[in-house]
Amino acid sequence: MVGITSYGAYIPWYRIKREVIHSAMGWAGAGRMPGEKAVANYDEDNITMAVAAAIDCLNGIEREEIDGLYFATISSLYALRQNAGIIAAALDLHPDIRTADFTNSAKSGAGALLSACDAVKAGSLKNVVACASEHRLTKAASDQEQVYGDGAAALMVGSNGVIATLEGSYSTSYDFMDRWRVTEDRFEHSWETRWIREEGYAKFIPEVIYGLLKKYSLDIKDFAKVIYSCPYVRDHAAIGKRIGADPGQIQDNMFTTVGDTGTAYPLMMLVAALEEAKPGDKILVASYGSGSDALFFKVTEKIAQMGERRGVKKHLASKMDLPSYEKYLAFSNVIPLERGVRGEETPTSQISDLWRKRRALLGLVGCKCKRCGTPQYPYQGVCVNPNCGAINEMEDYRFSDKKGRVVTYTGDNLAYSPVPPTIYGMIDFEGGGRFAFDITDTDLDSLKIDMPIEMSFRRKLFDEVHGVYNYFWKGTPIRG
Amino acid sequence: MAEGIKDKVAIIGMGCTRFGERWDKSWEDLAIEAFTEAVADAGIGKKDVEAAWFGSCFDERYAGKTAMPLSETLKLPFIPVTRVENYCATGSEALRGACYAVASGACDIALALGTEKLKDVGYGGLPQVMGVGKAGEFMYPNLSAPGMFALMATKYFARYGLSPEEGKRTLAHISSKSHHNGAMCEKAHLRMEVNVETIMKSPIIAWPLGLYDCCGVSDGAAAAIVTRADMAKNFRLDPVYVKSLQIAVTPGEEMMYTDYDFTHVEPTYRAGVKAFEEAGIKNPREELSMMEPHDCFSITELVIYEDLQISPRGKAKEDIEAGFFDLDGKIPCQTDGGLKCFGHPLAASGLRMMYEEYKQLQGKCGPRQVKNPKLGLTHNLGGWPPRAVVSVIIVGREPG
Repeated sequence: MVGITSYGAYIPWYRIKREVIHSAMGWAGAGRMPGEKAVANYDEDNITMAVAAAIDCLNGIEREEIDGLYFATISSLYALRQNAGIIAAALDLHPDIRTADFTNSAKSGAGALLSACDAVKAGSLKNVVACASEHRLTKAASDQEQVYGDGAAALMVGSNGVIATLEGSYSTSYDFMDRWRVTEDRFEHSWETRWIREEGYAKFIPEVIYGLLKKYSLDIKDFAKVIYSCPYVRDHAAIGKRIGADPGQIQDNMFTTVGDTGTAYPLMMLVAALEEAKPGDKILVASYGSGSDALFFKVTEKIAQMGERRGVKKHLASKMDLPSYEKYLAFSNVIPLERGVRGEETPTSQISDLWRKRRALLGLVGCKCKRCGTPQYPYQGVCVNPNCGAINEMEDYRFSDKKGRVVTYTGDNLAYSPVPPTIYGMIDFEGGGRFAFDITDTDLDSLKIDMPIEMSFRRKLFDEVHGVYNYFWKGTPIRG
Repeated sequence: MAEGIKDKVAIIGMGCTRFGERWDKSWEDLAIEAFTEAVADAGIGKKDVEAAWFGSCFDERYAGKTAMPLSETLKLPFIPVTRVENYCATGSEALRGACYAVASGACDIALALGTEKLKDVGYGGLPQVMGVGKAGEFMYPNLSAPGMFALMATKYFARYGLSPEEGKRTLAHISSKSHHNGAMCEKAHLRMEVNVETIMKSPIIAWPLGLYDCCGVSDGAAAAIVTRADMAKNFRLDPVYVKSLQIAVTPGEEMMYTDYDFTHVEPTYRAGVKAFEEAGIKNPREELSMMEPHDCFSITELVIYEDLQISPRGKAKEDIEAGFFDLDGKIPCQTDGGLKCFGHPLAASGLRMMYEEYKQLQGKCGPRQVKNPKLGLTHNLGGWPPRAVVSVIIVGREPG
């Protein structure tokens, strides 16, 4: 029995109302659209959000158990450097694992999940994390600017403790050029939206769903939930009617709350469905993009034993309105910002040094003295405890999964930040150890001494000289 | 127990440039200006200098590495010249090198010179790269100096139950006092009185510190000529005797281990204890005549009062408000205006502080002269509260 053994999701803290975007930039080509969409903070991208979703998914699971990580995205910052490798390093997974990127089509998220199931079914891997994350750069005033949202999902696939078994799948493939981007492009190209909706969504989704139903001799009424990628509200409803599903069977497409999150889109909806699922429920999930992958899951009794997850529901409830369209553009670097001479002075990357210290930088791994038990960050050869001083008697100690509290903090108006002031402080970790960290997804007035903090993997600096996105960990208030 | 440096070395000449935005002067011009004044003050010639210590912190931004830039600028005749760097304590570190050289008997006359050309950085505040190592640049938050020290103010206010209003008012007294003194000092950068209300209303640089809680940023140079104590009176009748030279460097405990809570700076306390012991001072509150502590920010000066055991922990506010540190108080602080009014060209600051103590002990400070001072103290703090290097130097008018 192979299937999903755990799930997690991530939706960034910021939301922007589509009305704010439309009133700033709207024109006939990008009409009024309802609701709001999720917006990554300036220090987030597809990789950081995937790490957050995976951490949510791995809650209560030993990292050592994972032997594969598949990552899907169509918003890669690197054309050459594996995204899944960065995510695995941030999660401090053992290097003896299989990693792969699934990319270039929005349907790759479901493809990664399906491939993870196949790998476990074939017996070549035991526990694979399949995650997908999207942070797509969109042109100001484009249709995509309003449609696309930012977010991530992660699903663990295995054969022990399965909460939803994979019962079957059906796939189609078309070289359908609704949207495309070549290496030289910063923004994607698109054909007419009307054509995409009618020739793409309205045809591929019913086709793949009919195909799956026929393959397994099922009726649409057999499913408790039917999930399919289609951000356009009216088209989404029309497809539901077309396939004969009752409105109650159709999973909300999160358009008015998050937006279309590309590869992560069907997986985030799947997580939302699993949050409400009961044993015995059948769930159908169909992706969209160059055709479709449709997956058919059956929920097991184990769903009741799933531990606490933030998933989609809690992340949706925890949000901050971004009232400024200009700030939204600044977050994604669509408009050039003056950083000042101070802000331009970013350190250059010495790749060999960053490699040597990769577990400290990407994994937030420090050490713990085997003699006196003192956790310390970063790694020390000589124990910092003045009453110990043991030399080279350290074991690795991961801080990224430890909660902390604020010792003291400030809001700095001199140091550059796209969201001034730059907020940072000293964090003491539960169980020992301390370090100074940037604190993000907050504002100065909300900070308090002793407030609880959790660690979040973020983009730290972009080294323009060497073309390196450098990542590190920041503190954030604990999201409910 | 080593016998220490007390009364083995004397300062016989000092020089200090006007500090400020010296757009028209290079660091070489500033070094020549400070050196020329120092040798003239000592009544010696360049040929009499047997060894030199050159302090320059952000070398990559102006002077470059090694001691050669100083030797070439002053045309020092093939003598040993050593470049030192220890963050904001660089100037005091240069002085320590020169003093140790004459105390050891290796030479009779040595020079310490520190300079920094900060205004070529291209923006306000100290330079961005803080020398924490390559990986450290990616680990540490995007710190600026005001933010690093604001962390102390946030915590100090909370620990001692001060509202932001009360805390900021106490800090404003510190800056206002320094501006009062600095207005009387012709070499200071910012020479104006600033009252408490103006300071309270100034724009926030790093919460809760405002503009006037922060020291200025300037160009400058300062120099000292030292000799053996027993030879000092051959050069002048009023030499200044070195009583102690201490530097304490964090082993990393505050940053990584202890429950250090940001309401003090541990190396200040440690260097102070050793300096008072070396100088034979039992009660600094009673025995010190004046001091020049490292007031990079108002909160820094406040915790120094407590770390140097002048004020009890948590009680500096009472002394500040009682005028204890004012020019006419028991221990006047920043009689020249301090970093607040001089600005902080890093490697020059420690020697600039000593320039003021030296001139005060010689009774040459005009309207800001402290009455009959006997012992003065300089204090430099490099780094930031949880990760600091601190120097404490005590000097006196009389040997013994």
